[in-house]
Amino acid sequence: MINGLNLLFQFLDSFAFVVLAAAGLAIIFGIMGVINLAHGEFIMLGAYATTLASVRLGLPLVAAMLVGMVVTALFGLLVERVIISGSIPNAIGQRVAGRDLMEPLYDRLADSMVATWGLSLIMVQGVRITLGNSLDQIGTPLGELAYGGFSYSMYRVVLSGVALGVLVLAYLVFTRTEFGMRARATIQDEDTARALGVDTERTYAATFVIGSGLAGLTGALYAPTVTMVPGLGGSFLVEAFVAVVVGGPSVVLGTALAGGFLGGINALVSNLLGTTAGRIALLVTAIVMIRFLPDGITGFVERVRARRQEGGA
Amino acid sequence: MSDRRVGRRGFLASGSAATLAALAGCTGVPGSSGGGGGSGDDTITLGILEDRSGNFALVGDPKHKASLLAIEEINQNGGIDGKQIEVFDPDPQSDNQRYQELTRRAIQQEQVDALWAGYSSATREAIRPIIDREDQLYFYTTQYEGGVCDKNVFAVGPTARQQLGSVLPYLREEYGPEIYTIAADYNFGQLSADWVKVLADENDAEVIGEEFIPLSNSQFGSTINRIQEADPDFVMSMLVGANHTSFYEQKASAGLDVPIGTSTAMAQGYEHLRLDPPAMANIYAGVNYMEEIPTERNTSDGGFVDRYYEKFPDAPYLNEEAENNYFSIYMYKAAVEQAGTTNQEEVKSALESGITYGAPEAPGEEEISLVPETHHVDHHMWVMRADENHNVEAVDDRVIPETFLKDTVGCDLTEEDEETQYTPQDFYEEAG
Repeated sequence: MINGLNLLFQFLDSFAFVVLAAAGLAIIFGIMGVINLAHGEFIMLGAYATTLASVRLGLPLVAAMLVGMVVTALFGLLVERVIISGSIPNAIGQRVAGRDLMEPLYDRLADSMVATWGLSLIMVQGVRITLGNSLDQIGTPLGELAYGGFSYSMYRVVLSGVALGVLVLAYLVFTRTEFGMRARATIQDEDTARALGVDTERTYAATFVIGSGLAGLTGALYAPTVTMVPGLGGSFLVEAFVAVVVGGPSVVLGTALAGGFLGGINALVSNLLGTTAGRIALLVTAIVMIRFLPDGITGFVERVRARRQEGGA
Repeated sequence: MSDRRVGRRGFLASGSAATLAALAGCTGVPGSSGGGGGSGDDTITLGILEDRSGNFALVGDPKHKASLLAIEEINQNGGIDGKQIEVFDPDPQSDNQRYQELTRRAIQQEQVDALWAGYSSATREAIRPIIDREDQLYFYTTQYEGGVCDKNVFAVGPTARQQLGSVLPYLREEYGPEIYTIAADYNFGQLSADWVKVLADENDAEVIGEEFIPLSNSQFGSTINRIQEADPDFVMSMLVGANHTSFYEQKASAGLDVPIGTSTAMAQGYEHLRLDPPAMANIYAGVNYMEEIPTERNTSDGGFVDRYYEKFPDAPYLNEEAENNYFSIYMYKAAVEQAGTTNQEEVKSALESGITYGAPEAPGEEEISLVPETHHVDHHMWVMRADENHNVEAVDDRVIPETFLKDTVGCDLTEEDEETQYTPQDFYEEAG
């Protein structure tokens, strides 16, 4: 038996989860060609910073969330300078040995995955060593929304609004700002963009910071709902990856479409058949998508449009 | 005293050692080695493999700490039969492959006299073949689904039949007959859900819905809706691990206020201390031990809780499994002293003579007993309830014997050597 409101709330819930889990990963992947396997741990960092700011510093929740986001963004900047671009090791190398120590990881998929996977292991164990196996947790605010014999967490409904807001904001940043223009130019043809005076290196750094900040925001938003343990990022990573695969190369549109598509499938199936079936449906969808639309939804749209233009010309 | 082993491994080891010694022309003091302990006659080596990092660190760390407490206490009081205890305790990091390597190392290189290892049933099953091949005396201390009848394994944690058998009848009386089961989707959860069906049948109740949830899942919106749709009198929850803990926070924020009975929450991962109230309000845990149980041995001045925090002032909680490690080390001490040797076959026989111990879980002068036939413990079980401020109080308690292996299966390890795990499906129609 399907209850329409249940389905709607479940859809909004899944949509928000997919979009927020994927946004940071998609932006970094789409623009820099770097797959950040520590994405889940960036989310964990955001959640931890939020919880600590709220519990230990006594900040109000919204301020604590801001702290979580900023801390993660700054951490992202550090990671970009040290590991992804290698500019700090290279600066040291130039001083000490007179040569660069490492190549940047831009557009090196496999290499970036190994490097960030290592980073994720270090982050999980580092947090475990410094803060222990768990943290006391903040409660979920805003209470519940009751309808008939059912009720849903108000906070989770609000999250879907935030997810939409993130998408709109990302769209505006990438289409209406100078940074967005430079970023798109860098994606399209890095060498030409550089020749035209775009500081691509700086664009990359800014992109990574934005992506990290979004991961931090996701962690901050979900901190009151998930268990605070060092491994909490793991449960976000699968959804994020599936969303990026399904969404395809266009960052904002892809994430939005993937969120809607996967959220719908997940809501429908888990409502009818339960949580396990919902997750199986997500993964089956990903398999089918990789088989028939290897470039994801937006890649497919691109292809169709290109073919139309050729046909018209 | 003689320390010679007569088990298969011991026989081979001492045989070849004697041969080697004879060949080399250097004979040591007869009977001075082979008793394990690696470092000679006057120490006993115990292997303690508990997770201090990885997935099970939260629940494994207190087990490790409580083991060290028991060992320190015994050493300070003169050791076991005058021998000091040494510990072999590397961190298996919640990794079953590492568990297998470390178990082999503990048995073959460190020659531990007894082994405590592992939190999850998956870990136990990963190392049980090694333990059986080597005839190693092994204590498994986690609460678990039950059914392991194995001559080398002393499964001293409470079983599903004991834990669910304490809390389910209580909730049936208090709230009514309709049950909704949610459980982790693996061996432990599936078998526990079968036990809920068996116990529902025995207590004139009915399971009206059942859902199994993958361990990696942390989002429970649809589960909460499905429970509301079924509208049960109470929920039985056998959710496991950090991801699943999110359920309690999420059901509270969604306004689901049905009573919940559990064998997994609070007593192991102290959710009532970690989560913000009222996430755990109206949750009933069927357990043999929690830090809060009101027994003399547990909460009095200088009691178990005091001694634990004196040794580990920063420890977050003293959990159910920690007590199981603690009292089973004392049971091992009693068995060695009764046998007069650390020879593993003889210690097993001594453990099978009906050892009892005044564990912190038992009130007054009561002692819990190790059942010779099944190697399980007739635990003193408690129903612990958390209120909206997360204060925990005992609402019911009594001794619940482990009847499944003894009566239903007919496992008798004093008569017949076995290495089997039985499941409720083999014996109950309801579970099938």
